[in-house]
Parts: sequence; structure tokens; C-alpha cells
Amino acid sequence: MSVPAEPRGGLTLEPLAAARRRPTWGRRLRGRQDRHLWFGLFVLPFVAGMLVFVYVPIAWSAYLSFFDARATVTPTKFVGLANYSYLLTDPEFRSSLLVFIAFAVLIVPLTYVCSLGLALLLSGLRVAQAFFRSVFFIPTAVSYVIAAMIWRISFFNGGRFGLVNSLLRQLGGSNIDWLGGANYGYWVALVSLRLWLQVGFYMILLIAGLNRIPSETYEAAAIDGAAGWRMLRYITLPQLRATTAAVLMLLLINAFQAFDEFWNLLSGVNGTYPPYGRPPLVHLFVISLGGSNQDLGLGGAGTMILTAIIVVFGVAQNWFANRGADREER
Amino acid sequence: MAGLAACGSNSGLASNSGEASSSGASGGAKPTLAQWYHQYGEAGTKEAVNRYAAAYPDATVNVTWYAGNYDTAVPAALLTNSFPDVFEYANGPTIDMINAGQVVDMTDVLGASVSKFNQSVIKRLTFQNKIWAIPQVIDMQLLYYRPSLLQKAGVQPPKTFAALVDAAKAQTTKDMGGFFAGNDGGVGVLGNMFVWASGFDQLNSDRTALGFLDPNFYDSLAAYQSFYKTNALLKAASKDWYDATPFINGETAMQWGGLWSMPDVQKAFGTDFGVVPFPAMGASGRVAVPFGAYSSCVAAKSHQVDAAKAFATWLWVDQTADQVDFANSYGTHIPSQTALVPQCSKIAQGPGKQAADMVANEGFASDIMWTGPIGDAFSSAITNVVVKGADPTSEFKVVGARAVSELKRISG
Repeated sequence: MSVPAEPRGGLTLEPLAAARRRPTWGRRLRGRQDRHLWFGLFVLPFVAGMLVFVYVPIAWSAYLSFFDARATVTPTKFVGLANYSYLLTDPEFRSSLLVFIAFAVLIVPLTYVCSLGLALLLSGLRVAQAFFRSVFFIPTAVSYVIAAMIWRISFFNGGRFGLVNSLLRQLGGSNIDWLGGANYGYWVALVSLRLWLQVGFYMILLIAGLNRIPSETYEAAAIDGAAGWRMLRYITLPQLRATTAAVLMLLLINAFQAFDEFWNLLSGVNGTYPPYGRPPLVHLFVISLGGSNQDLGLGGAGTMILTAIIVVFGVAQNWFANRGADREER
Repeated sequence: MAGLAACGSNSGLASNSGEASSSGASGGAKPTLAQWYHQYGEAGTKEAVNRYAAAYPDATVNVTWYAGNYDTAVPAALLTNSFPDVFEYANGPTIDMINAGQVVDMTDVLGASVSKFNQSVIKRLTFQNKIWAIPQVIDMQLLYYRPSLLQKAGVQPPKTFAALVDAAKAQTTKDMGGFFAGNDGGVGVLGNMFVWASGFDQLNSDRTALGFLDPNFYDSLAAYQSFYKTNALLKAASKDWYDATPFINGETAMQWGGLWSMPDVQKAFGTDFGVVPFPAMGASGRVAVPFGAYSSCVAAKSHQVDAAKAFATWLWVDQTADQVDFANSYGTHIPSQTALVPQCSKIAQGPGKQAADMVANEGFASDIMWTGPIGDAFSSAITNVVVKGADPTSEFKVVGARAVSELKRISG
């Protein structure tokens, strides 16, 4: 490749031409029309935020988990795996994992079924679809804390003035101590609360998924004689697979992160919490940061264990979903 | 004093920028101190602490009135650069704050004045022969009853737990429970009472293990469990135990509550109310009341430790008129300096005086080495035994083992 160089004042333009041929490093980094630069500028605040508020704390938690870090973030007493072994031999931590499993087993399928049911009902609605979509979605905007307080103080109050108890007495029953732990009434409160709060949101996701299914597919299936349950089983559900996988994963992670409603429904006075209905995050909070505690090493170790469990669950779920998809494709 | 804990707080509180600033005259070289209080429920308390701070001549004191989860906020703040120079904490600093060197020893500033204070409180604030805070005001819990209701039921104020159960059953009606100690059935607030009222202490004499793992203690739990199953124990009310509303509303005939609620009870019932300590449980039992004291601590990382110590001493040792005002004008509390008790009109006679005497004669404070992890394991075991009917011996075996390792850790 040769660029004609004209002599000017004893100098040739060869070097300039060469520079034009080979962009400088700075220019290369900036990209065409400074695209890389703008990309970096726009993304940088978020990356910085993620680094400062997510990755550094995660790394710091991992570091702290190997130290006796009580009332300090710069510990000096290395304890190896002592915090991990404390938690793994703590019967309450182990039972908190069972609470999570029970909660996930109840809430994940229930939310999915209810959300899908509502999504299917609303998709088939000819009138006022937007209105009903809003009606079911609005609870999503309510704070978990506020909703838990309404559930605790009004609906599931164990006193004679609790709404559910008032209804029970009207029907000839007697008061139930819903949240006291003597029975499993607290599960009714916990599950109904979360269902009310999140069904609308997942309904919207599933409606979006339903809308992506081409109408031609339904038409073809209808011509082949599919209808009702068979249409749902063989057309809708397989076509919704990607949305379903995402919804189930989100539901599982959210169930794992459950804290607000448990705490606000069941906690006692002065940062105490009963031994029942205690999911892992609540247990970790109580023993590492509850009341005047500040055991950041133990908290860090717990966080690492929970992260590992979530990763294992996530990978396993993905694997099952992909395996199912592969089998279907074959 | 007690509040429902929220989910933490991320309010950034600058050490020198309190929400309610009570700067005195801005003198040239006067140091500026940040002082933190938790939010007291009694009206007028906030104005009072601002007034006290503004009157201090040797420093400008900015008061922060923390309306949130104070117990969690203070330890978090002590790790940052936005920390208070002087702060109150329930029963003084925690053992972890002391071990981490976050607070300073106050023994020297208390000096000879230490004898003026309630000695049980001083004992509570002492660790390894050093006093870590200056007591501000004493709060305590006790059992409220109404003589008219007892008389109608033909029973006496209870001195034993069996008598409490009988009195509760005798006063129970369709619309009124016999006894109320919280919406958890009392297992939270009464846990330590089961220990003390059964004749035991939380820890053994050399503080290396629990001091109550004994069949008599398990019998006391069994007695409470039987009571828990009856409808004489009210297990759900409009407010929790720290608020006298259920007692005032007639939801319960007797209630375990705080001394701080006495003005409300007095307003509602006039002279038709009485107070007793928690009754003795079992053959080796004794009556008991718990007490605690918010106490003034100084942060070790303060740039003006001496000025902060001087201010805390000025306010909580020297300013006796302010201490009487603080104890007597907003709710009912007991001043921590014993000589000031007769000057507080609300506890100079009647049920208030009885309460002050209970603290002096039958008062117990939680041991400084009774840490959060021990307390959590203990209250979980109490709930499992009383509410879920678990076997106390095996439940407390786990708590005992946990306590031994925790106590070993603290002792280094």
C-alpha cells in the first residue's frame, strides 16, 4: 500500500502517512467514532458501583470469614475454618436450611402455578385486560415490611381482634395463635404474604412469555385437534420453557434471600427471634449482627456457605432445564 | 426503652452533625463533642438532653437522637469515621467493644464517686476490675396487678409462681386474660426470670459455664409450660409487654411490664393498682426483678477522649439536679446515684417506692459475659421447651456446651 508523498520544504510526508495507516494506541482504544470511549463512560459508573458495593464486600466477607472479626473490619486473629465449622455444627443453622427448603418447596411451585394461572386467564380475556393486570400487579409495589406488619397486626394477630380470628369466631371456631410457634400457623401467614406480594410480578413475566408464542403455532395445533389441557401441555408449556426457567430461578433465589417478611412477622422485642421459622439469612443476622452482636467473621462465613448453596442450586436447575430442552429437541 | 427492631439502618450520622444540635456558646478553642442517645419514648426527653448538653460550659456538644435500631447502629458506627465521642448503651459497652478496644476505661474519672452509685449497676459495668461506663438511669420490670380484681377473685398478690397461676386463673374471664407477659407467651422477656426466680444465677461463680443447669430449673420450666397451655396466660394482646396498654385496656388482669409505664397505669387506675416482683419458682426459689441501666461510654477513637470523659462525668456524676430531672420528669426511672432516690417524687412513695426497693433488694442484672450468642441459644431453648414441649435436659445440654465455648473465647 503506497500513499504518494509530496516533498514539502525538504520534508517528506511519509511519516504522517504511516501514522494515518496505523492508528495510534489511544485512537484504537477509543474505537471508531470514539465508541469505546463512550461505552466506557456509560458503563463505568455501574462497574464502579458493582465493584465498590458488590465485589469488594463479597471479597472482604470471604477474607473476614477466616478471622475472629468481632467488632472490627480489620481483624488480626486468623482462625482458619473455625467460623465455618462453628456454623456447620450449629444445629440451628442446619435447621434454618431446612426452613429454607420447606419455604422454597411451598412458595416456588405455588407462586409459579398461581402466576401461570392468572397469566393464562388474563391472556384469554377480551375486555379490561389491562385493568386486571394492574390489579394483580399492584401488590408488587407494596413493601415487604409494611405487608408483614399488616399481616402480623391485623390479619394473623393471635388475639380476639385479629381479622382471621374474628372470622373464625363468627363461624363458631376459636382463636388461633397464628405466629406463636405452638402450631404451624405461621407458615400460612408467611406463604400467603409472599404469594400476595409476588404473584403479580411473575404473572407479568409469564404474560410476556405467552405473548411471544406465535399464534400460528396455536392455529396449527388447533388444526391438528389440540385443545384445552393438551394445548397447554404440548404447546404453551414447552414454548414457555425459557421464561419458566428464568421465573423458577428468580423464585428460588428470592426464596433464599427471604428476610424481611420473616423478621417482621416473627421477631420479638429488642432484636430477638424465635427458634422456629428461622431461615438462614435471619439466623445469620441474629447470631452475627442481631442486638448488639457484631461478629463479622461468622457472618462472612455464613454468607460464603449460602452463596455456595445458591450456586449449586442454580447450576443444578440450569442443568435440569437444559437437559429437558435437549431431550425435547431430539 | 424497648422497641421493635427494624432491619438495620443506613443513616449516615456525622460525628459532629447531630440532627438536634445543642451547641452552647461558640467559644474559641472549645472542643466539639458528638453525643448519641437512643430514642426514648417519653415526651420531653429529647428536649431535656439537648438542654443538659447546651449547658455544658467546656465543650460544644452536638446531640444525636437516634430514632432507629440503636443497638446495631452504635457498633456499626464505631467501625467508621462517623462515630460518637460519648454514647449511651444499655448496661454499658458489650464485652466485644471492650475486647476490641473501642471504649475507654472510666474508672479514673469515676474515682471516689463510684460509692455514690447503685453498686449492683457498678458491678454490671465492671470487667477485669475496670469500670467501662457511667450509669445514667436505672430501668426495671415488675408485675402489675389490680387490688380490686384480686379482691373480687378472692386471692392475694402472688408471692410464689403457683400463687400467680392460681390468681391468673381466678381472674380470667371470657374477655380478659389472667396474666400477660408478651405476645410470645412471655418466653422472651421472662427467660432470665426463670433462672433468677428459681434461685440460680446465669453463670457459675468463676464465669466458665452456665449456673442453672439443674433439675429445679427444669421443674420451673415445666411449671411455666403447664401455665402456657392454659387460657389464663394471655398470648396475644394489642401491644407487647413493654407497653401497659393491654393492662389498661382490661385485656389482662395482671401484666409483666416496665417501671417506665407506671405513669400511664396510675393515670388509668389511680390507686387501684399494685406491683410485685416476679414470684419465686419452686422450692429453692426467690422473688426477683430484672434491672438495667443505660450508661454513658466514651469511644476510644475519639480525638478528644479527655474532653469526652470530662463531659460524661460532668453530666452523670456532678449534675445531680439534671439526673433527678431525667429520672423523674419523663416516665418513671430510678436515678443511679442512690442518694438521689428520695428526691424523685414518683419513686419516693407508693408503688414507685416499692419498685425502687425491689431493685435494691431483689434486683438482678444480666451478666456482662452473657453475650448475644449465649442469650440467643438460651431463649431458643426456652421457646422450644415451653412452646414446643421439647425435653429441657437435652435442649439445655446444647446451650451449656455453646456457653462454655463462648465464655472461653471471651476470657481469651
